[in-house]
Amino acid sequence: MAPEHAEGQRIPARAKNGPDWGRRLFFATLIAILIFFWWMLIHSGGVAGKHGAEQQTTSAGGGQVGGEPSALSLPAPKPKRADYPGIGVSSRTVVWIVAQMHLFFGALVLAVPIFVLVIEVIGFKTDDDRYDDMAHEFMKVSLTAYAITALFGGTLALSLFLLYPDFMNYMMRVFGSQVLVYAVLFFLESMLLYIYYYGWDALRYGNRKWVHMTLGLLLNAVGTTLLVVANSWSTFMMAPSGIDPATGAVTGNIWEIMKGPLWNPLNLHRFLANIAFGGAVVGAYAAFKFLSAKTPAEKAHYDWMGYTSNFTAILAFLPLPFAGYWMMAEVYAYSQQMGILAMGGILAWLFVIQAVLICTILFAGNYYLWTGMARTEGGERYRWLVKYIALVLVLGFLVWVTPHNVIYSGSEVARLGGGSHPVLGPLGIMPAKNIAVFLMLIFTFLSFQLYRRADKLITVAWRDWGNALMVAIYIVACANVIFAGVYYGYFTNTVYKVGSSVLQVSSTAVVIVSGVVIDTLMFKGAKTLPVFWGKVPDRSQYALFALPIAFTWLMALMGYIRSSMRTHWHVYAVMKDNSPDNFIPPLQTVGNMVTAVTLLFLIFVLFIFWIANLSGTRQVPPETGGKFVAAGNAA
Amino acid sequence: MNELIKPLGFSVALILIFASVTYVLPQMKGEAPDEKEVDVGALTMDSFVAMGEKLYQGKGTCTLCHNKLGRAPDLLTYDVAKTSLERIADSRYQGKAKDAEGYLRESMLQPGAYVVKGFGKKGSNDTESPMPAVDQAPIQLSEVEIGAVIAYLQKKDGNPVTVALPAAAPAGQGKEDAAGAKPALAQNAEEAIAKFGCAACHSILKTEAAIGPSLKDVGKRLKIDQIRNSIVDPKAEIAKGYPPIMPDFPAMTLSELEMIVQFLTKQTGTQL
Repeated sequence: MAPEHAEGQRIPARAKNGPDWGRRLFFATLIAILIFFWWMLIHSGGVAGKHGAEQQTTSAGGGQVGGEPSALSLPAPKPKRADYPGIGVSSRTVVWIVAQMHLFFGALVLAVPIFVLVIEVIGFKTDDDRYDDMAHEFMKVSLTAYAITALFGGTLALSLFLLYPDFMNYMMRVFGSQVLVYAVLFFLESMLLYIYYYGWDALRYGNRKWVHMTLGLLLNAVGTTLLVVANSWSTFMMAPSGIDPATGAVTGNIWEIMKGPLWNPLNLHRFLANIAFGGAVVGAYAAFKFLSAKTPAEKAHYDWMGYTSNFTAILAFLPLPFAGYWMMAEVYAYSQQMGILAMGGILAWLFVIQAVLICTILFAGNYYLWTGMARTEGGERYRWLVKYIALVLVLGFLVWVTPHNVIYSGSEVARLGGGSHPVLGPLGIMPAKNIAVFLMLIFTFLSFQLYRRADKLITVAWRDWGNALMVAIYIVACANVIFAGVYYGYFTNTVYKVGSSVLQVSSTAVVIVSGVVIDTLMFKGAKTLPVFWGKVPDRSQYALFALPIAFTWLMALMGYIRSSMRTHWHVYAVMKDNSPDNFIPPLQTVGNMVTAVTLLFLIFVLFIFWIANLSGTRQVPPETGGKFVAAGNAA
Repeated sequence: MNELIKPLGFSVALILIFASVTYVLPQMKGEAPDEKEVDVGALTMDSFVAMGEKLYQGKGTCTLCHNKLGRAPDLLTYDVAKTSLERIADSRYQGKAKDAEGYLRESMLQPGAYVVKGFGKKGSNDTESPMPAVDQAPIQLSEVEIGAVIAYLQKKDGNPVTVALPAAAPAGQGKEDAAGAKPALAQNAEEAIAKFGCAACHSILKTEAAIGPSLKDVGKRLKIDQIRNSIVDPKAEIAKGYPPIMPDFPAMTLSELEMIVQFLTKQTGTQL
């Protein structure tokens, strides 16, 4: 839904004269890319249930070249503390900061082109240049971030080789020439990115536009391949495969090494999280521009841009819990010990903070949608529901952050009559939190659905039946979520508690999918009410700042948890970490580190926004007084 | 400028709020397991049991699952040694252990030999255990450490510790600690008996004493495990007619204990 503001003039349809080879090129490329990733998914085993910490992949013959022992057959190094070079500050702190910054910017630059391409295609299909301009402006933000990503990536590599030489020696031995493939892909990504951005206006119409979108496809394919290649390094460290588990000697080929049990779960999780993160960051850019806009047209443009970013972020965020469940299910399948360490051991407390962060995201996303209903008169119809949705969100938040127990004194335990509160104690365990989380997701989708319906008057004959069906689906889904959580959570053994999430996940997914399908059918022939872009209160934009802040903090936190599950192992159960930093730090230290990297990221993001703004600014000739004036919103 | 300052202030405030949550949560540090070599020559049964408890709480990561949250049986809430014998007699038992010590060792090395109902891997109908073998990575308990955990599990409920103390380390290993401040190790049973003053209360060797029961025929009266346990835990069972005054011997090493035990098992009274 593009803004219908004063300056928004629809341009004529794209020129489609001449041979239609551009379309064929685009779809052939798309099919080839889909086949490539499908092949990768199939051959990587999808869900790797047969893996396990005790049954790592081995295949005879690896590591031997012509019967002679090769470097691959060497065991993993066993460095002693003295083997770790020191530079006067904690090596882990250095790597932690640099790696996290690289991951932040990497996530941004890999995600933005994904939804930029989608927006570009929408603009092309609707013959609306405003989509095209917005997509181009998003890319401007991504372009500066790309250079910073590369800088942090290079610094990270140097830091690792300097501070953890034995570990990097082993990783290089295991992954071998795959790292060169990564380097080649990086070159390719750079070339495609620059051509995609700088060729935007040169490849704007007809077959040339198809070529441009094909470049976008290739850019995203290469970017996603880069992502999954880098993911294989992380997942190898967590759940190694393709090696002898007793010695760490390489026994499998590079494919067997890459396709560990956690590879695909992490691929999916990062892919979705990156899009959500990227959407949130460019949403903040739009909010910043909205607040500083001087004209109604600018406000309308950036309001729409912010809405699109928020829509992208929340859309990618909603399935993230499912990807997270898959990830943790695979962690448990690989090593129950590792799973319990994360969810029930020393790292479990961090999930209280996760609850605060995700609830912040949900509150911000919902609040933005509610305030966004002010853009159309039709929003008034649903305003009465907002307080009930808010109530569910608040109750969900309270349940989610209720700890099972805390550290009590003896007298407190005596007064409580046990380690857990007699009333609130049951709310502290996972089943209660699952109920809270899934209800919050369902009601967030309700906000989203109401927002989408706000500017429409549904006219199909079966409108009442459709609405009744939708209401019934919500009721049944909520009942399922509550029943599954209570029954499996409180009346069965711990082992079966996980089973409750299957019903809860599927119930939530049914709401989302059926909601989209039913609405799509009901919107046919619907009367569209006018939407007044820019007519939202300034305070609504703060939701767009809260989103990236919470996402950034959350990404850093969850990345830390994932990494810490390895405890004192560089490569889990294969190569020990004997460095001075091989302990799990107290939560305050974790909080401080995550805060530091988030603040650092914020500073760099401000720099990117400033650069993006600067590129649209032109100095006027000195005779006009030498003042800077904005050159407009053109990308 | 205002449109930059306000969002920036809002963002920084939000970041600090998130950070503050970490300050109100319990502060725990997860240390990596201590990889120091165990000086088995300097071990006493008390320190061996204490080592087992430390391993149970720490490196062994037992409490990660064996706790009150129901992930695995909470071993601290029932008599593990007694239950072990019941498990061995259970028709579902697949192992080869004959006694509690064997069962406990087997349950750590081959957890699937007996899976407690309701605690098997999901979908396995309690035929597969989710517990990892503790001698494998990532836990990697040594044989000595496994023995220590068994000793702890036996001792915690007042059962006799049947696990044999590990033999002294090979020459050149683990001698440094023992050589320093600790008294010289006895070289044979007679020296050990003299070192710990057994003859002050018991009739033994060429001395006669009536404060404690005679040990000259103890090999006929007691089995080897009972003899060992009576030294390791003197108050667990008091001989009829004698006061419960026998002290613990925290400084007794494993090798000294074994020398005394082996010596006493041969004291059947017929030598005199």
